[in-house]
Amino acid sequence: METLVILVQIAIGAALINNFVLHYFVGICPFLGVSRRVDTAFGMGCAVTFVVTIAALLNWTFTYFILRPSAPLPAWVWEMAGGDPQTEIDLSVLSYIMYIFVIASSVQFVEMYVRKFFPHLYKSFGVYLPLITTNCAILFACLEIMKHLDDPTGLWGVHEALTLAVGGGVGFTIAISLMAGIREELDLCDVPEPLKGPGIALIVAGIMAMAFMGFAGVDQGIQNAIRLLLQ
Amino acid sequence: MASQDPTAVERFINGILPENPVYRQLLGMCPTLAVTGAVKPAMTMAAATAFVLISANVMISLIRGLLKPHLRILVFTLTIATFVTIADRFLAAYMYQMSKQLGPYVPLIIVNCVIISRCEICSSKQRVGVAIADGVGMSLGFALALGSIATVREILGSGTWFGLPVMPESWPKWGIMVLPPGAFLTLGLLLGAAEWIGRKRAEKAKQNR
Repeated sequence: METLVILVQIAIGAALINNFVLHYFVGICPFLGVSRRVDTAFGMGCAVTFVVTIAALLNWTFTYFILRPSAPLPAWVWEMAGGDPQTEIDLSVLSYIMYIFVIASSVQFVEMYVRKFFPHLYKSFGVYLPLITTNCAILFACLEIMKHLDDPTGLWGVHEALTLAVGGGVGFTIAISLMAGIREELDLCDVPEPLKGPGIALIVAGIMAMAFMGFAGVDQGIQNAIRLLLQ
Repeated sequence: MASQDPTAVERFINGILPENPVYRQLLGMCPTLAVTGAVKPAMTMAAATAFVLISANVMISLIRGLLKPHLRILVFTLTIATFVTIADRFLAAYMYQMSKQLGPYVPLIIVNCVIISRCEICSSKQRVGVAIADGVGMSLGFALALGSIATVREILGSGTWFGLPVMPESWPKWGIMVLPPGAFLTLGLLLGAAEWIGRKRAEKAKQNR
């Protein structure tokens, strides 16, 4: 039951309170670039959610079995090679290179897989899939999951990692869809000439960020509600 | 682009204002917004980015003959990730507080579009000298942008600049400026201002002609 409470806290935190775009500023490029129409913005959000889930799952697996201090796989290889079994092996310095490699290759594989088996979906994602490699939101989610790397007891389990990834992706989708809705209306407004384009989009994002600050504390209330329900 | 590639001096000057990575090209928005709550972290970020940008530019320029077109983006990212690891370990060793404060934004330099775009546009095609000039120019432009945003936010938000008090004691600190919304508002207004100045200068040039 405590697990459920923690998972809800992570999901709400990632999706609303600490929204990836409006609180951590990751994924700003698609947020400004692909938010002209609601349907494309929603497609981009779905693509990001999809990739971030897969990348987080893969990266969690690699971190848990290979990269973290005293991980099983390198220790086994070291012993097979005749090394001293007491030596502690820590490959976590390689984590950034590993993460970006995993993200880049999983985007490639997802693209190939989707093109082969879901041609319809592929058409609707269009150019966004390859663009996602350089989307900071994916790498940020992976880093956020692995930030307890130095402390083996604090490393998140796979359920927590998946919750954060899906929650973050949903938060990104919410933010970019809302933004696209506002920008569609903005086309009809009389915006001062120099602010047109990215300027007014950023100011709108600022006001949205203020609105999202209002979610602070929501997680506490929801947690209490779950506790009450389960009692 | 013109048929001839720009020279080192052109690359250097372009990076600072005419092709400023933040104000003109709208690249590298994530650190621009995230670490500019005060001038000091912004400058640390600019220095780390400069190190990675220049090193990656030199490295890519040296191996540009070996690059395969379909694998080049992967090579760029892995090169950048290596240098980011070096910068991150360096910060953690010598500036621990700052490294904690910058948090995930140091590793996020890997996906900073400024660096990848420079590798793609300049250093994968030109000599090492040009690549260095381009890296230094772009880094200066990026530092300038980060510095200007951080200056506005720190002075309005906490009444200090680089930690030194500049506003009178009675200044009501605009708390919103150091929070996330302030970053969006400041950058939006500064972009508008940059655009406005650009237009004025273009008009003047037209009248003088």
